[in-house]
Amino acid sequence: MRFDLQVVASWIEPGAKVLDLGCGGGVLMEHLAREKGVRATGIENSEEKVAECLSKGLSVLHGDINEEVLDYSDNAFDYVILSQTLQQVYDPARIIGQMLRIGSRGIVSFPNFSHIGIRLQLMLGGRSPISKELPYDWFDTPNIRVITIKDFRRFCKKLGVDIQAEVATRTPHQEEQGKLVHLLPNLRAIYGIFLLGRQKG
Amino acid sequence: MQAQGGSVGRVEKCLFTFAEGDDALRLESGRRLAPVTLAYETYGCLNKDATNAVLVCHALSGDSHAAGYYSQSDHKPGWWDDYVGPGKALDTDRLFVICSNVVSGCMGSTGPSSVNPQTGRPYGLDFPVVTIGDMVEAQRRLVEHLGVSRLLAVVGGSLGGMQVLEWTVRFPEMVRAAIPLATTTKHSALAIAFNEVARQAIMADPKWSNGDYYDGELPQHGLAVARMIGHITYLSDEAMRRKFDRRLQDRCDISFNFEADFQVESYLRHQGQKFTERFDANSFLYITKAADYFHLESSWGRGSLVEAFSRAQCSFLAVSFTSDWLYPTYQSRAMVQAMKKAGLDVSFCEVHADCGHDAFLLPNPRLASMLGSFIGRFLEQEPEEVADRAV
Repeated sequence: MRFDLQVVASWIEPGAKVLDLGCGGGVLMEHLAREKGVRATGIENSEEKVAECLSKGLSVLHGDINEEVLDYSDNAFDYVILSQTLQQVYDPARIIGQMLRIGSRGIVSFPNFSHIGIRLQLMLGGRSPISKELPYDWFDTPNIRVITIKDFRRFCKKLGVDIQAEVATRTPHQEEQGKLVHLLPNLRAIYGIFLLGRQKG
Repeated sequence: MQAQGGSVGRVEKCLFTFAEGDDALRLESGRRLAPVTLAYETYGCLNKDATNAVLVCHALSGDSHAAGYYSQSDHKPGWWDDYVGPGKALDTDRLFVICSNVVSGCMGSTGPSSVNPQTGRPYGLDFPVVTIGDMVEAQRRLVEHLGVSRLLAVVGGSLGGMQVLEWTVRFPEMVRAAIPLATTTKHSALAIAFNEVARQAIMADPKWSNGDYYDGELPQHGLAVARMIGHITYLSDEAMRRKFDRRLQDRCDISFNFEADFQVESYLRHQGQKFTERFDANSFLYITKAADYFHLESSWGRGSLVEAFSRAQCSFLAVSFTSDWLYPTYQSRAMVQAMKKAGLDVSFCEVHADCGHDAFLLPNPRLASMLGSFIGRFLEQEPEEVADRAV
């Protein structure tokens, strides 16, 4: 399993109830169910990936995450995960608000747009950056948001969302062995992964 | 597209009669029906703990013959043969599959064409109006008769899907997994309208004689028109355009009379005619009425679908099809939404298919794989493996 997903999985207790928004083919859910006895449901808008989840014996709903989250009651889940999907979300404040309404905690991860490689492409090449993590041209990208670790922290503060844990990694896409970034994460990290909770008080 | 897996081979239709004594089937209308016979078939073997039984519920014009062949000269297998058999989605090497003809049907189960023991003549319109709930009540008697106290899964499309939904709230403790396909918790006005036009076609046929036609000529024309109407709703604009477009039938030019100029006309006439050879007009009236009356939230939730589904205890896999305009995806989504709110384990997929409502009856590798893996999830929880009968 991809290193960023391993980080996400490490935060989740055995037996927890989890909702995975944009769950893809269900790699993370399958891992959580098998290794931790987690009861997971996924939401995915690709029919092919929904079928893939079902073939793994997972529960999955074919639909739009923005609409599907509305049906759940408050605190229906222990964790609601938004892994590598935030950059495609039209209204991030709304989705994060919903995540923390239906779940006690939220986990959000995204490719860090202020990574040094991306900065250099723009600065030296003068062109829209393309990386393994964000492999699209400006005209065909599904990613409508560019997010940096620093921006996301500010955003959480503005939303009144409590960042309970934060991990920055510089593990290229798909790789299983990972490296954490402690020094200058906004410059050096490829991914940012955040554990969110409701603000206390 | 060839379905994976083999055939269940030769099968036999069985009959189960109950309510011969005091245990009449009490119908939702308040009336009683006795005795009741159900025609049914089973495929595969029931394991010793009786934990591998799957009930298949058929749609409006279906019957107990879901898979296999009655004889060697049979040129067509059962109606869901693509999905039921060794190695198929409903794997008969591992599952015990049951399929029965609904009460009010005409393929061996008690219905309006059966003999009324009180008069010695066919019931006709003296047959009581039955509901989806009544159909399920009768199936429960059969399932228990077969030694099954809890079904591994109940699966069915369209009217069969309504029975699946009814099972989950009427007998929640008897169902582990439910698979409603291309179905709805209540008929829309559009669906009722089509059924009513179809019923009127039958009742307007002079040979229908108020349902008392069994001694004379049958209302074949009315039934054929009813089937033609139904058939249109099972297809889709796209499927009809692809299959017929405006192509002419056996001619180069239009006839300027009322023969079947277009292929689509000829096709519908043929389908209508073929249907009259195997179906009873009164059964068509009764079964379509049961579908129109079906209203899960009103029967079980005092108007709330969430409350109705709070009764259920099983896991669900709901499937809709993109081109189904009889029970469009929004109806499945409403059902799934209520299941979510009721805190149920539910999976849902809208499968891309351009062939309309009938998609659940046609070979579809994606649907087959979804059904197989969803049911497999519950089989794997069983400690007991079913003996391999293929040896």
